[in-house]
Amino acid sequence: MSGVRVLVGTRKGAFVLTADGKRERWEVSGPHFAGWELYHVKGSPADPNRLYASQSTGWFGQLIQRSNDGGKSWEPVGNKFVYDGIPGTHKWYDGTPHPWEFKRVWHLEPSLTDPDTVYAGVEDAALFRSTDGAHTWEEVSGLRKHGTGPSWQPGAGGMCLHTIILDPSHPDRMYIAISAAGAFRTDDGGKTWKPINHGLHSQYIPDPDAEVGHCVHHLAMHRSRPEVLFMQKHWDVMRSDNAGDLWREVSGNLPTDFGFAIDVHAHEPETIYVVPIKSDSEHFPPDGKLRVFRSKTGGNEWEALTKGLPQHDCYVNVLRDAMAVDTLDSCGVYFGTTGGQVYASPNHGENWAPIVRDLPAVLSVEVQTLT
Amino acid sequence: MILVVLPSHLKTLAQVSGDVRLEVQDGATLRSVLDALEARFPMLRGTIRDQVTLERRPFLRFFACEEDLSLASPDAPLPDAVASGKEPFFIIGAIAGG
Repeated sequence: MSGVRVLVGTRKGAFVLTADGKRERWEVSGPHFAGWELYHVKGSPADPNRLYASQSTGWFGQLIQRSNDGGKSWEPVGNKFVYDGIPGTHKWYDGTPHPWEFKRVWHLEPSLTDPDTVYAGVEDAALFRSTDGAHTWEEVSGLRKHGTGPSWQPGAGGMCLHTIILDPSHPDRMYIAISAAGAFRTDDGGKTWKPINHGLHSQYIPDPDAEVGHCVHHLAMHRSRPEVLFMQKHWDVMRSDNAGDLWREVSGNLPTDFGFAIDVHAHEPETIYVVPIKSDSEHFPPDGKLRVFRSKTGGNEWEALTKGLPQHDCYVNVLRDAMAVDTLDSCGVYFGTTGGQVYASPNHGENWAPIVRDLPAVLSVEVQTLT
Repeated sequence: MILVVLPSHLKTLAQVSGDVRLEVQDGATLRSVLDALEARFPMLRGTIRDQVTLERRPFLRFFACEEDLSLASPDAPLPDAVASGKEPFFIIGAIAGG
């Protein structure tokens, strides 16, 4: 019997939501790690019962938790994140040099093939890798040291490496994104990196077409076409057909092209989803209407999906890691809000219903399809 | 025997329900107490002090005998009443909320 497991990270703990393949009746487990911020929880594609969770608070710092039984039980594993060598400085908000300081793990990306290998994207921006089930961590320092690091600058949420995408067809290729440095790619397993921001245009930086400095909010890829990438930038929804070498805008008829989350349909690589947010100064949906927008043409032509979503007086946000899809025949789409709702659509966005309504603010949503 | 009182989140993490009693070798200091605490509960490493610099995390304080010992030298002897277990050594999280 197929089913889904939705892993939800919130401001005050983690929750595990499970249902069978119909996705109508849900069981809610949690809060796990009550009172802590759970920036991200994600399962291993190679072993669905292996989960990794990023747990932190301002008081007690960063912990990493690991489950070997699908989230029923957890054990704290390694939390020592030390930059390689003397980390030097990046730019502070005012443009002055600022020392690199570890703050937290934003995103955990387990290997596609090895349950014991997992990547961590951290603030201040850097990439770490563990090959022993998260007991020990080593910086993939070629990224931070590739040359532009001293010019990276934090976005409003901090200078975070928030997106990690592993290419299923090229094991040595990986994409990452940093706010507010931009997107980067390695083709040699992390030894060397190049900025992939050509075609981005950001009017809020001194050189709108700069090599780095763009506030990339999230990237998405369909595993059948790993050279095609979609991006929700601070403003603008973008697309690249050549592994990030060149981007073009596909915002089209969106009511606003500001937003955080973006994802791709599990079976239709040209069908993409975003949740438009009014602006960077008003982090809520335009007109108080919570709408997911879907494009079946890989961008430019968008339709609003509203059935089951609040269409008045809704002023929540949907954060960058808070949208995911399952891989059941009828692709399920899920997203969480800063108001504590997790919405699910079992029919690729046609109809929506809340799984839960009153969680703490949702930071991340990941979905595992279980067979 | 040193009596250590942990904040509730760290009790949960260490899977202890009450206060912690620690045997400390060679005299009780901030450093020796925290070393002993982390040796017994490795999951607490990094939650009270930085794992590399060993500096106290900024939102934590160390209290004992009605004194704030947070800024004391890590190698200064703790008060006799703490060293003897008569008075507890408090690890306190900054109060937030109200």
